[in-house]
Amino acid sequence: MLAYIIRRLLYAIPILIGVNLLTFTLFFVVNTPDDMARMQLGIKRVTPEAIQKWKAERGYDKPLLYNGTAEGAGKITRTIFFEKSVKLFVFDFGRADDGRDIGHEIRMRMGPSLAIAVPAFILGLFVTISFALLLAFFRATYLDFWGVVMCVAMMSISSLFYIIGGQYLVSKVWHLVPISGYAGGLDAGRFLLLPVLISVVAGIGSSTRWYRTIFLEEIGKDYVRTARAKGLSEMAVLFRHVLKNAMIPILTGAVVVIPLLFMGSLLIESFFGIPGLGSYTIDAINAQDFAVVRSMVFIGSVLYIAGLLLTDLSYTLVDPRVRLQ
Amino acid sequence: MPIILWTDALVFLLVACAIGAGFYVNRREYLLASWRRVGESRAGMASLTVLAAFIAVGLLDSLHYRPRLDDVPGRTTANGYGSEVRSALDALLQPLRSGTEKTYSAPLATHLYAKETVELPDGSQTRVFPRLQHGGAHLENPEQDWGKDVAARTVQGLALAVLAALTFSAIVVQAAALRWGLGWQATWRRIWRGETQFAWNAVLAALAVLMLLAGPVISLAGGYHVFGTDKVGQDVLYLTLKSIRTGLVIGTITTLSMLPFAVALGIVAGYRGGWIDDLIQYLYTTLNSIPSVLLIAASVLMVQVAIDTHPDWFATAAQRADARLLALCLILGVTSWTGLCRLLRAETLKLRELEYVQAAQAFGASASRIMGRHILPNVMHIVLIAVVMDFSGLVLAEAVLSYIGIGVDPSTISFGTMINTARLELAREPVVWWSLIAAFAFMFVLVLAANLFSDAVRDAFDPRVAGRRVAAVAQEKAA
Repeated sequence: MLAYIIRRLLYAIPILIGVNLLTFTLFFVVNTPDDMARMQLGIKRVTPEAIQKWKAERGYDKPLLYNGTAEGAGKITRTIFFEKSVKLFVFDFGRADDGRDIGHEIRMRMGPSLAIAVPAFILGLFVTISFALLLAFFRATYLDFWGVVMCVAMMSISSLFYIIGGQYLVSKVWHLVPISGYAGGLDAGRFLLLPVLISVVAGIGSSTRWYRTIFLEEIGKDYVRTARAKGLSEMAVLFRHVLKNAMIPILTGAVVVIPLLFMGSLLIESFFGIPGLGSYTIDAINAQDFAVVRSMVFIGSVLYIAGLLLTDLSYTLVDPRVRLQ
Repeated sequence: MPIILWTDALVFLLVACAIGAGFYVNRREYLLASWRRVGESRAGMASLTVLAAFIAVGLLDSLHYRPRLDDVPGRTTANGYGSEVRSALDALLQPLRSGTEKTYSAPLATHLYAKETVELPDGSQTRVFPRLQHGGAHLENPEQDWGKDVAARTVQGLALAVLAALTFSAIVVQAAALRWGLGWQATWRRIWRGETQFAWNAVLAALAVLMLLAGPVISLAGGYHVFGTDKVGQDVLYLTLKSIRTGLVIGTITTLSMLPFAVALGIVAGYRGGWIDDLIQYLYTTLNSIPSVLLIAASVLMVQVAIDTHPDWFATAAQRADARLLALCLILGVTSWTGLCRLLRAETLKLRELEYVQAAQAFGASASRIMGRHILPNVMHIVLIAVVMDFSGLVLAEAVLSYIGIGVDPSTISFGTMINTARLELAREPVVWWSLIAAFAFMFVLVLAANLFSDAVRDAFDPRVAGRRVAAVAQEKAA
């Protein structure tokens, strides 16, 4: 087991190097720092001195890969690639364009992001699995049919509609919760209720339908027929046999996103003014703050790889047939 | 002067491919059988009818040209053509396009939604809702005549729609009657009760509903802004119709652009194995591990920087916006090919061990021939299902990306840009709801139709579902 984990962690290294090279190419080779400076300072009426100053302030004035003017190891380390990309590996993100430390900002914003993402994830999983079980229990009846119709309709609605509509109805018309904002401590509940609810509702359609398919596939299998032949009630069959076995494909989809919960939700956070990582990313995209976007890309891929590893480990927990070597 | 934008060219290429595929399938009974099953699905055929209406609007909107400027003295351009790019749809909707008001006006309104200070003849000033320049401009006395006029136009539109629906149904029934050698009534009964193989009743019903909705809208649009106007006074109906093309382009071109990579790499990885497989797997794991929104954001930002720093690349604003749209499609394609590639690799791994592939190897067929002639046709159902399933997700993604600011060019009319400009309107007092609702409603219908159609296609082509169907039939027979 331990050997497996270590080997998987070693596999992650080339992937992270690949991610790093890709972002480096995107941000520094396809468009040179000069282009970025011109973009930031305005296309017209920009002097070469202003560009030089902009680049020097942010440390973009060094050569890309090899610094011939530096001494010794500085030939490699005093380059954009080393300072901006390699340092990501030790989670040294540098500073954003507004001069703030990105690492500090990320630590500050993680809390609010998790405060929405974790309850939304757990509640969403619970609600969709319950609905799917319900539909599977009443399979091939009108309830099942209209349930599926509802699911297809719900997954055809844009997530923006859920957010805008929910905000309008609950906050503006009914005045139940504040429209947007965030506060620490116990006060946060008021602000979190609606975003959590909306993210759960927005996910119901597609997840319920997907889980229902999984349940129905399991229900058709022979061991279920055996369980029924033993005289077990339909409820017992559903909960003790079908649900357990269906957890394997459900886990594949669910566990992989757990680490990504840290990243928060771009849309929800920006609509509700939650100071989390999602709104941080959106702000960075809108302000074209490449240092922040690059850091978030790197963190995102680290978390994704962690999610894959967690998925594999969770298999051993729910499926005794799986052995990791 | 006709202009072919990049996306237009790709759209027409796609249409050509679809027609070619149609002929190809038509000559092969085993492929036709699966498509017949799609044709049997009522939900599938009804949604296909709706999709066809959307596609027709989108295709009309893809025929672009630059109108010739009238010889106005002092207005000369390099070649005598305006720099504005229009489409055939614009020409059709000319009254809607040019009939802009000052600012917001409610659906079917005759007056503006905001008060303005007007000077009365006696010199005093008062604040009133001014009359619209186009909406209801033909009415002498809007307070009295408005209700009557709207009702008359609605009835007129409905009557025309009923007429059109009946005519079309009659043509279909007549054709079917000739073909089956049945009487008119018997044919009609057969179609109506759904006893035909092809779900004609669903098609006719969907068409009738579409016409009943479109008839009054068309008839009312002659005198009013049916869905109101937005902040700068543009007709919302015009904007939603223009958005359709953007949605369709993103939903189709994206998949088209990623298909060659996904198919080729997936099959090669599965068939060849070894270091090639490792390399391709590494490639897609790496791409997959970057959260797609961030990868899209990073790429779009880069494209934007490139476009903004090279204004000389494009002759017109429309071409620049089009380049950005195409870039968005390609970027979405790059981030979305990995799933299909993985599926194809797994399927190829399975197929590679089957007897018919081994037989081909024993005959000495080259690897490329085996992959192209023996494996590719047998994984095409996966490709087809992936294509139709991706479409609706991409249409939805466009709206979200445009909201985040990494979608289409702000000057491109799309559901996303419409929602983005309208999202603060609900916070206004009084509320402006029509542009948001119009955008969401059209997007909902498009995505719902795509979802239902893709379900029908998947049910017909997925061997696992097909296997279940065979089992069900066997059970029925046994019972």
